[in-house]
Amino acid sequence: MSDTYTLYNPTVMDHFMNPRNMGDLKDADGVGEVGAAACGDIMKISLKIREGRIEDARFKTFGCGSAIASSSMATELIKGRTIEEALNFTNQEVVQALGGLPPVKIHCSVLAEEALKAALEDYVKRHPEHAQVAAGAEPVTA
Amino acid sequence: MEQQKVYYFDNNATTRVAPEVVDAMVPFLREYWGNPSSAYAFGAQVHGHVEQAREKVATLIGADPREILFTSCGTESNNSALQSALVTTGKRHVVTTKVEHSANINFGEHLEKQGFEVTYLPVESDGSLDLHVLEQSIRPDTAIVSVMYANNETGVIFPIEEVAAICRSKGVLSHTDAVQVPGKLPIQVKSLGVDFLSLSAHKLHAPKGIGMLYVKRRTRYSPYVIGGHQERGRRGGTESVANIVAFGRAAELAMATLEDENTRVRALRDRLESWILTHIPNTIRNGAREPRLPNTANIAFDFVEAEAVLMLLDQVGICASSGSACTTGSLDPSHVLSAMGVVPMRARGSVRFSLGIYNTSEDVDYLLQHLPRIIQRLRDISPLNPEHPDNDRYDIEAARRKHEEEMASVKE
Repeated sequence: MSDTYTLYNPTVMDHFMNPRNMGDLKDADGVGEVGAAACGDIMKISLKIREGRIEDARFKTFGCGSAIASSSMATELIKGRTIEEALNFTNQEVVQALGGLPPVKIHCSVLAEEALKAALEDYVKRHPEHAQVAAGAEPVTA
Repeated sequence: MEQQKVYYFDNNATTRVAPEVVDAMVPFLREYWGNPSSAYAFGAQVHGHVEQAREKVATLIGADPREILFTSCGTESNNSALQSALVTTGKRHVVTTKVEHSANINFGEHLEKQGFEVTYLPVESDGSLDLHVLEQSIRPDTAIVSVMYANNETGVIFPIEEVAAICRSKGVLSHTDAVQVPGKLPIQVKSLGVDFLSLSAHKLHAPKGIGMLYVKRRTRYSPYVIGGHQERGRRGGTESVANIVAFGRAAELAMATLEDENTRVRALRDRLESWILTHIPNTIRNGAREPRLPNTANIAFDFVEAEAVLMLLDQVGICASSGSACTTGSLDPSHVLSAMGVVPMRARGSVRFSLGIYNTSEDVDYLLQHLPRIIQRLRDISPLNPEHPDNDRYDIEAARRKHEEEMASVKE
């Protein structure tokens, strides 16, 4: 029946049906949970960060199919990136990687960006020694 | 189009066209395609079939055939009734409810833009209407009170007889949108006492594109669609003959299936609903248990979002719906559930199952076999759970505050 659901393209459907990186990280270094003003979706992203680089990411999402797909794709995209790179992450990357979202669902990708930023802020606040990284300086090795 | 087996639980959205109805209408597409207004026999002969259909539809609601006006759909019927009341009375105020079909809410907003005033009555948490509030809302300049007969999302039935009585005592016209009712409850317009009543044929196993407005004898009527002499000058436009014939046949069938709908279908609905409420934790019925349409169950699945549920149901061929959110392209939760005070998180996780005469016990088994797994799967993905501080009071601001507090506590 999936081909009859015309709202979403096959990539979005794949990430909705088989979400990547779903769950929580037990000893996460940064956790962000945000709600979308537009529709009430809620998205939580947990990060494992080692030596200034995102080693692992997990998500949990209360929301529609494209919200789940957006968070799945966002966690896939950010794994392996440095904090600095991740701070420059935008929702457009999610939209592009998903092969597009219906206009009314673009806010889902924005929420994924916000959840990631919230998780990074959390990390930086817990690890003040990395504040400079967030400000754009070279990574400081501990 | 490839068609695999569909398990259809969305009969309040539309219904399968009955094979008997197709059989009745096809001759008017293949052979008798003349215009009923034509002078020659080939056209004029279909006129009699239109009038027979009118009699059948009149019988369905206990009306006189002259009180039946064929329209293109339920929306047109509703618009026509309100428009007529405003024109014939010259008054400026309309009373309706917050839980009408969105088409009617939108028409109310359209009237407001034109300078009319509309009062949208609130409902109780079980979806019922406070008649005292309704009575108080009627003003000297009120033209008409329009209250739906049964709610399409929850199935909650409104006391139309009492609404009409209040309107009569105040000298105000009354209208009811009864599109969800035929075949499910007996309708007798004379005892209801309303001035206008709307029906839509595709809700009772006839095709889309045909509706009806009942206009009580001696109630003044001003046409909405202006054109030819059709419908005794009350609705212009060449009659949609095949659809009208279909509507007539469907009206006959609806009277015949009334009992099945109220016994067998009701039992299927009750089994479906009570199984879900007992076997899937954190579920709750939206709306009063009774009085309610025998086919409708609206259930909130906490911590999950309805569109995701519907997509996973769709994957296994099950059709259901939600009045809410993203499915319709709008991002707001159902206006009906919101008016009932259902919290946003719960409203967004509400799914409507509406059954019909073609549903079988096996259909319900199939649904109940798949549903728990689907809900569990989405609950595993969801950050919300019974322990979540925001759960049933979840709102965006709470999430923001929580986030800020967490940030602050980490800082300390």
